[in-house]
Amino acid sequence: MAAEFVIEGLKATIEGKEILKGFNLQMKGGEVHAIMGPNGTGKSTLASSLMGHPKYEVTEGTVTLEGQDVLEMSVDERARAGLFLAMQYPSEIAGVTNSDFLRSALNARREEGSEISLIKFIRQMESKMKDLEMNPEFMHRYLNEGFSGGEKKRNEILQMMLLEPKIVILDEIDSGLDIDALRVVAQGVNAMRSEDRGFLVITHYQRLLNYIKPDFVHIMMQGRIVKSGGPELAERLEADGYEWVKEELGIEDEVVGQEV
Amino acid sequence: MTTQTILPVDAGRLSELSLRSGEPEWLKESRLKALELAAELELPKLEKTRIDRWNINQYGSYKESAAIAALNEAPSSIAALVGSSEEGSLIIQRNSGAVYTRLAPELAEQGVIFTDLHTAVKNHGELVRRYLHTAVKPEEHKVAALHAALWNGGVFLYIPKNVVVDTPVQAIFLTDDAEASFAPHILIVADSNSSVTYVDNYVSGKSEAGLHNGAVEVFACAGAKVRYATVHQFGADTTDVTYRRAIVENDGAVEWIVGEMNDGDTASDTKSVLKGNGASSDAKVIAVGSGSQKLNYTTQAQHFGKNTPSNMITRAVMRENATSIINGITKIEKGATRADGQQTEKVLMLSPKARGDANPILLIDEDDVTAGHAASVGQVNPEQIYYLMSRGISRSDAEKLVIYGFLAPVVSQIPLEGLRNQLKSLVERKLGQ
Ligand SMILES: Nc1ncnc2c1ncn2[C@@H]1O[C@H](COP(=O)(O)OP(=O)(O)OP(=O)(O)O)[C@@H](O)[C@H]1O
Ligand SMILES: [Mg+2]
Repeated sequence: MAAEFVIEGLKATIEGKEILKGFNLQMKGGEVHAIMGPNGTGKSTLASSLMGHPKYEVTEGTVTLEGQDVLEMSVDERARAGLFLAMQYPSEIAGVTNSDFLRSALNARREEGSEISLIKFIRQMESKMKDLEMNPEFMHRYLNEGFSGGEKKRNEILQMMLLEPKIVILDEIDSGLDIDALRVVAQGVNAMRSEDRGFLVITHYQRLLNYIKPDFVHIMMQGRIVKSGGPELAERLEADGYEWVKEELGIEDEVVGQEV
Repeated sequence: MTTQTILPVDAGRLSELSLRSGEPEWLKESRLKALELAAELELPKLEKTRIDRWNINQYGSYKESAAIAALNEAPSSIAALVGSSEEGSLIIQRNSGAVYTRLAPELAEQGVIFTDLHTAVKNHGELVRRYLHTAVKPEEHKVAALHAALWNGGVFLYIPKNVVVDTPVQAIFLTDDAEASFAPHILIVADSNSSVTYVDNYVSGKSEAGLHNGAVEVFACAGAKVRYATVHQFGADTTDVTYRRAIVENDGAVEWIVGEMNDGDTASDTKSVLKGNGASSDAKVIAVGSGSQKLNYTTQAQHFGKNTPSNMITRAVMRENATSIINGITKIEKGATRADGQQTEKVLMLSPKARGDANPILLIDEDDVTAGHAASVGQVNPEQIYYLMSRGISRSDAEKLVIYGFLAPVVSQIPLEGLRNQLKSLVERKLGQ
C-alpha cells in the first residue's frame, strides 16, 4: 500500500520560541519532495518535530501516516510505524557497537521470540555495507563514535536501508560528503525508491538533486513553505539564490525565532 | 580499659579460641596485639562517608563449619558459581571456615600451595608469618585491627619461582549464618618470575544483618605477575568492608579486576604499592549501586620504584537512591622517576535521587613523571536516548544499551571470558530489579 503522509498546520516551539508557523505538506509513496531554504528557517526543526524530539513542542496541527495520528506516538512508535529521520547531527554512543545497535533496532520491529538470527543479520548488514562502500570494521566500531562527518552520513543511510521505512526524511544528508561519497549515498537512496516509500529531502544544494531526482521542490522560510514547484525551482535557486523569492513574496527576514 | 564493651570479642576469649584451634604462639600474640590496637584506633576516615553510622559491628562469633566431601553437596546459593569446577583448584569457605579445598594435582607437583589460611599457618608457618599483615597493617585503623584479631578461614596461595599457572585458581566465600563471624583473609605470594590468576566470589545467603570484614594481601616478587579478580555480590543485609593491598617488586605486575555488585553498604579500598623499579599496576573496578546503598570505592597507586606505570579505572552506575563516593589516589614518591600514573573515574546516574561523587587525587613529589586523571559524573544523555528510540528501540531498551555501553569499554578489557559473562549477567540483575 502506498504510504500517505500528511502534515497540516504544524506549529512547534523550542524553549518557548515558535519556529514552525503552520507547515503544510502532503506526500505519497513513490514521491520525492525536496525542501530547500536559507539557514535558520526551521528545516531541521520540522524534521525533529516529526520524529518527536523531546525538546520540540508541537502546539498546533496534525500529522498522519497512513491515517494514523503520528503526534500521539512516542518516538520509538513513530519509527516502528515507518518514519525514519537521517539526522543532520547523529549522536555518538560510546560502548554500543554499530552491530548491537542495528540488531536491537531490527528486533524492536519483531515479535519476541522471532528475533532475527545472527547469521542472517550479519549477511544483510554486510551486503548493505558493501553497497555503501563501507569498511566492514564499522560494524564493530562504537556507534558514530569518532566517525568522520561523511562516515556518519553513510551510517545513517545504512540504517535506513536495513530498517526499510515508509517515510524517509533526509536532513542534509549531503553535507560533509565528498563527491564519491555523495554518489554512493545517492545510489543507496535511489535503490530504496519504490512505490510504497516516500522521501523528504532537506538540502541546500542542487547537486544532491541531480542524483536524487525530486518530484517536488519546496522553499521554506519563516517556519513554513512559501513556494513550491518542480525540479526547475531548485535549479533557479542554485543559479540566483533566494533574493528573488524574498522580493517576490515581500519577505524581509527569512529566519524564524529571532528575538525582536 | 573498657574494651569488652566496645569490641566484639574480648582478649580472654580470643586467646582461648586461638589456642583451641591449635594456632602457634606467634599468631595468638598477633591476634591479641591487634585486639589491643582495635581498642585504641579510630574507624577509617572515608571521604564524605559516615561509616560509623553503618552497621559495622555485627561480627558474630567463630563457629565451626562442617566440611563437604564433594561439590554437589555445596549449598544451593553457590551452586551456580561452583558449576563444573571438579577439575580445577577451588576453596570454598562457608561462614567462619573452609569447607572444601581442592588443588589441581599438576599444580601441587610444581610446588604450588593453595589451602585455607589456618592450614597454611600449621603447615607453612614461617612463610605465612613473613608476609601476614605486612601489606594491610593492623595499625591502619580499627577495622584493619579487628580483622587482624578476628580473621578466619581465608586463603593462602603460594606460587614458587618461575612457575606459570595457566588456569585460574578460584575461591568462593559464603556467609549464610548471621551468628558466625565472617572475616576471610586472602594472602597471595607469587615468587620471582611466577604468574597466576586468582578469581574469587563473595556471596551471602541470609537475611539477617551481618558484616564482611575482609583483607587481601598480594605480594608480587621480582618479575611475578598476579591477576586478582573479585566479584562481591552480598545481599542487602551484609555490610562489606574490604581492604586490598598489593606490594609489587622489581618488574612485577599486579592486575586488579573488581566487580562491586553488592546490594548492601560497601566500602572498599584497593591499593598497589609499586616498590620495585619497573613494577606495574592496573586496576579496573565495575560497580552498580541500587536501592539505598551507601558506597565508597577507593583505588590507589603508590609509586616508589622508577619506571613504574599505574592505571586505575572505575566505572559506576547508580540507580534509585544509591549514593557513591569514588576516590582515586595516585601518589608518586620522590625518586620514582619516570613513573606514570593514570586514573579515570566515571559515574552514570540513572535517577535524580542517585548520587555520585568522583574525587581524583594526584600527589606527586617527583618532577620527572607523567600523570593524568579524568573524572565525570553525569546522567544518561537524552539526545542519545532520542537517537536510539528514533530507530524503533523502546525507551527501556535504549537506556539499557547506553548503560551497558558505559560499562562496556572496561568490561570488554577483562581477559577472562567466564568473568566477563558473569559480570554482564550481574549487571543485568542489578539493573533489572
Ligand atoms: N535547541 C534550540 N534552542 C534554541 N533555539 C533553537 C534550537 N534549535 C533550533 N533553534 C532555532 O530555531 C531556528 C531554526 O533552526 P533549524 O535548525 O530548524 O534551522 P534550519 O533551517 O535547519 O537551518 P540550517 O539550514 O542551518 O540547518 C534557528 O533560529 C535556531 O537557532
Ligand atoms: Mg538544519
